[in-house]
Amino acid sequence: MSSVTKVDENKIQDIKAKGIEGQEIKFTVSTSPHIRCDESISKIMWNVNLALAPAAIFAVFYFGIPALINIIVGGVSAVAFEYLVQKYRKKRITAFDGSAFLTGLLLAMSVSPSLPPYMMVIGSFIAIVIAKHSMGGLGFNIFNPAHIGRAALMVSWPVAMTTWTSFKTSVDVVSSATPLNILKQQGYGKLIETFGSNTEMYKAMFLGTRSGSAGETSTILLLIGGAYLLYKGYIKWHVPVLMIGTVGILTWIFGPAGLFTGDPIFHMMAGGLILGAFFMATDMVTIPITVKGQVIFAVGAGAITALIRLLGGYPEGVCYSILLMNAVVPLIDRLVKPKKFGARG
Amino acid sequence: MLKRFLGGIHPKDSKEYSSDKAIEMPPLPNNVVIPVSQHIGAHCTPIVKVGDKVKKGQVIAKSDAFMHSPVHASISGEVTSIAEMPHTSLVKCLSIVIKNDGLDEWIEGIPVNRDWDKLEMDEIRNIIKESGIVGLGGATFPTHIKLSPSKDKNIDVFIVNAAECEPFLTADYRMMLEYAERMVTGVKIVMKLLGVSKCYVGIEDNKPKAVKAMEEAFKGTSVEVVSLPTKYPQGAEKMLIKVLTDREVPSGGLPMDVGVVVQNVGTTIAICDAVVRGIPLIERVTTVSGDAIKEPKNLLLRIGTSFKEAIDYCGGFSKTPEKVIMGGPMMGFALFTLDVPVIKGVSGILALSSDVVNSGEESPCIRCGRCVEACPMGLVPSMLSILGERHKFKEAKEEYDLFNCIECGSCVYTCPAKRNIVQYIKYSKAQNLAQASKK
Repeated sequence: MSSVTKVDENKIQDIKAKGIEGQEIKFTVSTSPHIRCDESISKIMWNVNLALAPAAIFAVFYFGIPALINIIVGGVSAVAFEYLVQKYRKKRITAFDGSAFLTGLLLAMSVSPSLPPYMMVIGSFIAIVIAKHSMGGLGFNIFNPAHIGRAALMVSWPVAMTTWTSFKTSVDVVSSATPLNILKQQGYGKLIETFGSNTEMYKAMFLGTRSGSAGETSTILLLIGGAYLLYKGYIKWHVPVLMIGTVGILTWIFGPAGLFTGDPIFHMMAGGLILGAFFMATDMVTIPITVKGQVIFAVGAGAITALIRLLGGYPEGVCYSILLMNAVVPLIDRLVKPKKFGARG
Repeated sequence: MLKRFLGGIHPKDSKEYSSDKAIEMPPLPNNVVIPVSQHIGAHCTPIVKVGDKVKKGQVIAKSDAFMHSPVHASISGEVTSIAEMPHTSLVKCLSIVIKNDGLDEWIEGIPVNRDWDKLEMDEIRNIIKESGIVGLGGATFPTHIKLSPSKDKNIDVFIVNAAECEPFLTADYRMMLEYAERMVTGVKIVMKLLGVSKCYVGIEDNKPKAVKAMEEAFKGTSVEVVSLPTKYPQGAEKMLIKVLTDREVPSGGLPMDVGVVVQNVGTTIAICDAVVRGIPLIERVTTVSGDAIKEPKNLLLRIGTSFKEAIDYCGGFSKTPEKVIMGGPMMGFALFTLDVPVIKGVSGILALSSDVVNSGEESPCIRCGRCVEACPMGLVPSMLSILGERHKFKEAKEEYDLFNCIECGSCVYTCPAKRNIVQYIKYSKAQNLAQASKK
């Protein structure tokens, strides 16, 4: 460092001796502006990874080693696939900018912790190579890569994808259905019975002591991560609030025993909704670019989620709802533009 | 009561380098290089020839075109050359070189001492025109044209743009502190010319001393000094008008379309000098600053002084500059040489090291939407950059309002993918104009 400074000083003295000849220093010439903020893609992406860390760490403690292995395999394989694709396509290597790692991490967090690691590798191949790089790489993919990976695994290995484990005590690993599964197959009464009481159920859902995908269970830790992203300005509140709110309102209205008998609190914390709403429906690449467009996106995704949960064959619909809304983003962006200055009256 | 404009950014204002430095006048240069074009409009034609003796304030180039502003000698001496020389924004321009005779003599008839209140309106307009006054904020639009709006525009508000929202620049700030009296006179002259009773002086609230100084200076007048929230580009005409009057200049329109005329601080002072004392625009206050300048200063420079001399007077460079900029860091021009003269529109000379101008490598747009949020004009800058990149100039113009862009640079500042959005936009505009002129 000091040697660098010294060289510069010599250069400056040289210039001064010659009376600052313009030709002595080569100035960079470029269009304005000449200053920029210190945000960068990798800073944003690694911050999102950081925001996911509390829930990911909880998953490791709660679900044990298999969850840890899946998270590592997911993150590392995603980065490796991105590196290889970029190497093969002779593109600038951006595999370490945090976005590939984020895709792998999100995939690992949105599948069952007991999923065999080789399936994780295949899922992250589909996410990175097919969903992201066949579209042109970061910024060009239409669909959320992690969700494409998850959907592909879902149709390929439906059994492995819906085999859930949970810790009952610190040593016993028991296979158990997710709360949404119980609701779908056995009804709301059975669901409450499983947990003991409403309060117990809400407590388990809030803290994360329930079965489900590795990273989706702890509402509180996901909310902490989401709050961090909101504070940093990397996401806007509209998307998660409207998506979760829409699910809450629709599931409350269309309850199991007639209108306004649903349990919105349960539905808002159940499944992958919190994870999806804060971390997938806010993926800047695959959602509309204007706030107005994002509002449409969020409400649409929430409505489709509720539709699948209430009427569909699957117990959960967050992944498909976001993918379906991803598909209409180009249309939304064409139709919804900000009002330009001079036309606002 | 104050309205806000949508969008905008909050870059570090970096004014501390030079804000406490009183305006200084360096020794006169040995030579001045005076380009015949220092304004928006027709180039002037030299009316002196090599070997002529000229005096300070003498007209040396003019034009018959409506849209022009004459050029004056800024020192007394001998014309030694008339040739193409480097120019801050035009790259090259025909320029008149005057060798200083050391006498600094005014041409006959200047200065005078006029009672401006007794002058006819047309007389005042003519003085402003003949004095070569242009917008000194950087746009260099001929001031006499701005002050002659057609009757049907119903001008009822005059705004002094004292926002100085560009980082680093402190020239307007120092002028408000040091030349307040002349500014008051200049403002009164313009208000009389326009026949308006309402006038705002808009100052960003990062300059509380200037707000106070202006409030005192304008005490007892109908002029309202307004402290504005600091947000770039507060000093963009359209934003300033929106904030102060809640009027929105229509897309493609001018301030006069909503009954407003805006002038910069330096311009009002130049108007006072011209009308009251008969002094044409031969000098201006320029901030010489940046992290690579040894002693940043605010200088009163004769037009035609070279950047090199101005920087030398400020102790030269303290470290290797990556860029030397004419104007502010958001909208200024990067220069390739220091052998360019200070012209009427040079509000700042900045030398910035790579610590400040490190722009990073450009990547594809990740659609984060930060540019959409930052754009004060309600555009989708990311799309404009992508369309420019793909040569879809027509689509950019027709579907994404390319020409609504004021090139303020907020989008580029905020872009995490480091995209050169303004560059794509300027390119697309140029391509569209070229296409239009072909037809």
